Amino acid sequence: MKLFPIRGGIHPDYRKETTCEKAIVAMPMPSALHIPLQQHIGAPAEALVKAGDTVKKGQLIARSQGAISAPQHAPTSGTVVAVTDETAPHPSGLPQATIVIEPDGKDEWAELPAPIADPFAADAQTIANRVAESGIVGMGGAAFPSAVKLNLGSRHKLDTLLLNGAECEPYLSCDDRVMREHADEVIDGARIMAHALGTPNIVIGIEQNKPQAIEAMTKAAATFSNVTVVGVPVQYPMGSERHLVQAITGRETPARKLTADIGVVVHNVATARAVQQAVRFGRPLLGRVVTVGGGAMREPMNVDTLVGTRVSDLINFCGGFASQPARMVNGGPMMGQPLPSLEVPVVKGMSGILALTAAETNEHPVQACIRCGTCVTICPCGLVPVEMAAFIRKDHLDVAAKLGVMDCVSCGSCSWICPSHIPLVHYFNYAKGMLNAQDREKRKNDRVKTASEAHTLRLEKAAEAKRAADAARKAALNKSTPATSEEASA
Amino acid sequence: MSIVTSKSGPFTHAASSVQKTMTLVLLALAPATLFNLYLFGWPAILLFIVTVGACVAVEAGALSLGGRPVKSTLLDGSAVLTGWLLVMSLPPWAPWWVGVLAAVFAVGLAKHAFGGIGQNVFNPAMVGRTVLLISFPVVMTAWVAPHPLFSADAPSLMDAFSITFGGNMPDAMSAASALGHVKTELSRGIPVSESMAQVPNLFDMAVGYRAGSMGETSALLILAGGLFLMARKVISWHIPFTLMATVFLMGTLFNAVNPERFASGLFHLMSGATFLGAFFIATDYVTSPVSKLGQIVFAVGCGIMVWIIRTFAGYPEGMAFAVLFMNALTPIIDQYTRPRLFGRTRKGEPLPLKGDN
Amino acid sequence: MLLAVGSLAVMGVALGGILGAAARFLAVEENPLEEELKAMLPGSQCGQCGFVGCGQAAAALARGEAPVTLCPPGGKAVVEALAKKLGVTADLSEHEEKLPEHAYIIEDLCIGCTRCIRECSVDAILGANKLMHAVITDVCHGCKKCVPVCPTDAIIMKPIEVTVGTWHWSKPEAAQPVVH
Repeated sequence: MKLFPIRGGIHPDYRKETTCEKAIVAMPMPSALHIPLQQHIGAPAEALVKAGDTVKKGQLIARSQGAISAPQHAPTSGTVVAVTDETAPHPSGLPQATIVIEPDGKDEWAELPAPIADPFAADAQTIANRVAESGIVGMGGAAFPSAVKLNLGSRHKLDTLLLNGAECEPYLSCDDRVMREHADEVIDGARIMAHALGTPNIVIGIEQNKPQAIEAMTKAAATFSNVTVVGVPVQYPMGSERHLVQAITGRETPARKLTADIGVVVHNVATARAVQQAVRFGRPLLGRVVTVGGGAMREPMNVDTLVGTRVSDLINFCGGFASQPARMVNGGPMMGQPLPSLEVPVVKGMSGILALTAAETNEHPVQACIRCGTCVTICPCGLVPVEMAAFIRKDHLDVAAKLGVMDCVSCGSCSWICPSHIPLVHYFNYAKGMLNAQDREKRKNDRVKTASEAHTLRLEKAAEAKRAADAARKAALNKSTPATSEEASA
Repeated sequence: MSIVTSKSGPFTHAASSVQKTMTLVLLALAPATLFNLYLFGWPAILLFIVTVGACVAVEAGALSLGGRPVKSTLLDGSAVLTGWLLVMSLPPWAPWWVGVLAAVFAVGLAKHAFGGIGQNVFNPAMVGRTVLLISFPVVMTAWVAPHPLFSADAPSLMDAFSITFGGNMPDAMSAASALGHVKTELSRGIPVSESMAQVPNLFDMAVGYRAGSMGETSALLILAGGLFLMARKVISWHIPFTLMATVFLMGTLFNAVNPERFASGLFHLMSGATFLGAFFIATDYVTSPVSKLGQIVFAVGCGIMVWIIRTFAGYPEGMAFAVLFMNALTPIIDQYTRPRLFGRTRKGEPLPLKGDN
Repeated sequence: MLLAVGSLAVMGVALGGILGAAARFLAVEENPLEEELKAMLPGSQCGQCGFVGCGQAAAALARGEAPVTLCPPGGKAVVEALAKKLGVTADLSEHEEKLPEHAYIIEDLCIGCTRCIRECSVDAILGANKLMHAVITDVCHGCKKCVPVCPTDAIIMKPIEVTVGTWHWSKPEAAQPVVH
């Protein structure tokens, strides 16, 4: 299959070898599970249980609210200990509503929705609904509710379902292992999704540094003529949705549009497996494979973990730390977020937990920019990081916006390569946050203005109505007692 | 354990640093420098030490005046590199004060008056050289023919002290550089086609066995250093190749029109500071554009200016002026040569969808 | 010489006259600046600036009779926008940057008198006579006009909380080389 070049990119040390050759290990039941109500992009779920309730495995414990949201399910049977605010696995470390469940050890299933007997005979809405009620979100890291992306077929003319198995982030090998060990489930899930989307073609893009995954997937896909497995060049950030679409189809997604607008929908390989489980067996998304890695981990490996497992329990399961980690990362080292604490739960979008040594993070004090221009050369989005960062440093956010800071995908390539160790992506994250906050404020001001105008209008109308009522009453009075009125007028 | 979340990702970094870049450039310059130090003997070695030392001293002084960390900034190697490039552009037997004065203008004026490393608009080494060339044209154009170390007529260390620190430049030893010779002859009415007969042949020019500043001679070793930098991805082909191609094309084109008046493209390519300028001066990160397209525009501009200055202006060599002139245009080149954003047209509008118009 | 001086003088007088006449006869009736300034203000007519409403405040700003820091609910963003428009430097040292706030009604203290509802210029308070009132925080813009009218001091101002959804990275520390 002919591939297309993508702009820029880098070649970091992949460091996947410590985990990618070991089979996925299932983690034993932890002593408590902490399930945050928001593990996805969109509105948080609404808790349906309270302290003291008993729950069964797979039971709905929080329902989705609004069009973009996802429900949560009990990962095992047990008792709800509390519904309370706990530290979120988010760089802010802010509290977030969380359901705490104490497992009873029986792991008893609740009554699950019936499997969809023949998914290829079912209509798109049935499949999308099943995916929505199973709480499936994008498992590549963004955690966007998957059902929303399965409904795109009704509004867009789609030709390709692209399954993202690039896994271009260093250290991470959870997708690699899932593809090697569960290739049939992934392919089945992809075919179900393609059926729901109405796309004739399925392309599975896997970086060429995972030959065993490519082989396993090719074998599993051999019987289906519409499924193609493609080895894509090893080039970070190949796993970025838009860049993978460009590499495989040659189509460039216009800014502020979706890949669906150019006929392609992208899903992660682990998501495809979760869809398969939900459709074929009625099982909601209760766990995921997490890569526990980094030089400071004693036994790095891929762990099949229940959602809600504390990161500290997960680390203990992997033998604890071999040395004091310099950084704890949620996700890959390039786009991952710092972990605010080890006492946070594993969530659906968490692809990795990395304990990195100082040698691995290679942090240095910031030096002055020498304008080497490497950041410009490697930016996969065609931005000029050096210039944007200079404007942001002086808080000229409007200029940075004009230069395209909102188009930055925060892939981290520029920060990674900068010889002066300037935290370029941090500047852009700051600018994006500020611009979003300004936008929110502006929208609120508009709301306030509208409300104020409505208020004024209402008062005027009320006054008008009162005047009219007074006049009417007066007129009525005049009619009933003409004499009085004549006297008055006289 | 304490977890620091004050920093956003990425949490890994390439093995790149400013020091590493500067060291690679110095390494690339080393073969040509060593050969030239050998070629021009003790006076050149003394001038080299004086100039580089002066640059480092001025840098240290400026840093401590500005209240900035002295040691860590000096260790980035940029002052050494500036001094090194500066001395490569001076006549090898120039007196010590030329090196010191040039260092003051290069590091003090061109670099630190603008805010230190990364902030300067003009290439520091070229500012140092140009100020000296304009102020002391005689001293700055007193070239000598090569006197290799340990050869019969090479000055001893004692002679060298007298040349560099005593200002006793032996007149009989001076020689004209090739470019200077052609220009002088032309001004006397002798056409280029005739004066070319007296300049060293192209092979000698390539190896470096000729009069000139240290960096002007020995094109081959400079080329080797440049290719090394390209191999290590410190510089890309865009500036050197475009610059040299432009100089060559301009030379060839006009030589074809009037060989009596204009020197050939090959002569332009091999003489003067074309190689040093193309690989080490014009490629200076700070003062050249950041995008590849910008670098090409910049290099074409440099090439044209070099040819114009060499051919029509009062000075025989124009690399320094050409680079400084284009340095001034770098900000505006940067502004007009930004890459196209992903998913957007050159104008910054989102790409049209098929079906839209 | 004289001719040159003379012709330039004549041209100057003539062009000046035309400009003067144009300024008088083609003058825009309403001050466009005033409209633009009004658009920048929150438009909730809260009156905290001392003027009756945002329109009057904009007029005063346009005449240069009011400081750009006059609008408390607008915050730093409005100050900067006004300063940029009027070409003045905003003196933010006087301007105490407060985190955005919203009104909050303490349920136990509310007696349902509806006075705050009548005071609110954006209809952000829900409730009826003898019924507990509540503030819609999404619409409330923190003008504080409801606070003094409450007979039981049941209304307090609370900062709008940063959530996981609204949090963002702060600016990285200045890129100055660290002293070894």
